[in-house]
Amino acid sequence: MVDFHGWEMPINYGSQIEEHHAVRRAAGMFDVSHMTIVDVTGEQAQDYLRHLLANDVAKLQERGKALYSGMLNEAGGVVDDLIVYHFEKTNYRLVVNSATRQKDMDWLIAETKGFTVTITERPEFAMIAVQGPQAKEKAATLFSAAQNEAVAGMKPFFGVQAEDLFIATTGYTGEAGYEIMVPNEQAADFWQKLIDAGVAPCGLGARDTLRLEAGMNLYGQDMDETISPLAANMGWTITWEPTDRDFVGRQALETQKAAGTEKLVGLVLTEKGVLRHGQRVKVDGGEGVITSGTFSPTLGYSVAMARVPNSVGDTAQVEMRKKWVTVNVVKPSFVRNGKSVL
Amino acid sequence: MSNIPAELRYATTHEWVRSEGDGTFTVGISEHAQELLGDMVFVELPDVGATVSAGDDIAVAESVKAASDVYAPICGEIVAVNEDLEDSPELVNSDPFGDGWLFRIKADDVEEVEGLLDAEGYASSIEEE
Repeated sequence: MVDFHGWEMPINYGSQIEEHHAVRRAAGMFDVSHMTIVDVTGEQAQDYLRHLLANDVAKLQERGKALYSGMLNEAGGVVDDLIVYHFEKTNYRLVVNSATRQKDMDWLIAETKGFTVTITERPEFAMIAVQGPQAKEKAATLFSAAQNEAVAGMKPFFGVQAEDLFIATTGYTGEAGYEIMVPNEQAADFWQKLIDAGVAPCGLGARDTLRLEAGMNLYGQDMDETISPLAANMGWTITWEPTDRDFVGRQALETQKAAGTEKLVGLVLTEKGVLRHGQRVKVDGGEGVITSGTFSPTLGYSVAMARVPNSVGDTAQVEMRKKWVTVNVVKPSFVRNGKSVL
Repeated sequence: MSNIPAELRYATTHEWVRSEGDGTFTVGISEHAQELLGDMVFVELPDVGATVSAGDDIAVAESVKAASDVYAPICGEIVAVNEDLEDSPELVNSDPFGDGWLFRIKADDVEEVEGLLDAEGYASSIEEE
């Protein structure tokens, strides 16, 4: 067990690699109750979020549809990354990181200035992520008839409140599955029932290797307040049109875009050794750093994400244990739905 | 509390040493060490025939968490390495005192092993960590 920003959490429940494989091959679950759930409601909820976020919630038309976005500061750095669920123009739900909880709450409240909107944290919910090719069918055995009906045919990146549960087709592993918000007092029982249904409990270790294989960023490691989303493979989350939407950080981003930024790439090492956070990377035209690195249990070798000069070519050199080792440079995504995408 | 077999000798750096009765000694890392490191993903072993001195870093146990040097507990010549670890590094986790052994040393001086910790000494050394 480790202290994870005030939450006591397990690195693993036994073997990190077996937990990783359980998610890729069958079904695993994570207690992600540390994630911060915040409801944004009120007459100007949509206007507020269009001001707050680099991605545009106006793109969300269907009830329950979710969007991934960065929340930027005026300098164009990433205050946090989050998921926003749309219910109505007056009713949204955000899920933000726990490491940044207080900072985010302060930021969310400070930015309400001038908007008729209410920010409500929802600490009364625990959250359990059930992920893997068999996750949905195993979770379905716990759902009521009404809940199963509510999630039937639900596409990826949607969420629905069904009786006591908020069930969303989101995750942080690159596999199908649900993130389920459950009232705190029911959480332990729900967890036990998932174990009984054959879902393997997984710790922070497997959560990190799964999200890294899937090419998903970890806040504080792959980006932070000093890093542009353009240098963190988050360019796709910025909605530039319409040009008169003046979201926080827009001006700085436009300047960064015109000047050019570093970029986040994937690295692959097929020989022995493990790429790790903080290692130096030499590329054509300069030097960068590994932001996240790990042994990939699915691939059987090491992969990493690195922030490097834009001039990077097809290979790079990484300093590992005082030796420079050649690695291949790829897009920062390695495994999806159990399969290599390299 | 992890298992610390009484018949083995130990280094403070978590290697265990077993006498094979013919002047050679098998070396691995302790159950406690593999617990600290977590799932093993690569093990780099010394070359057979290499001459090593006590305290040399001659192998690397790389786990999901970190790369950790393994030191020669005594002076001598490497006479065998566990080639099964190439494809199955997890043997270090599942059977650290058996199939997860790392290498075998022909000792220059068999008496040198007497200078290593016994099980009790090793147990107290890990309690102090």
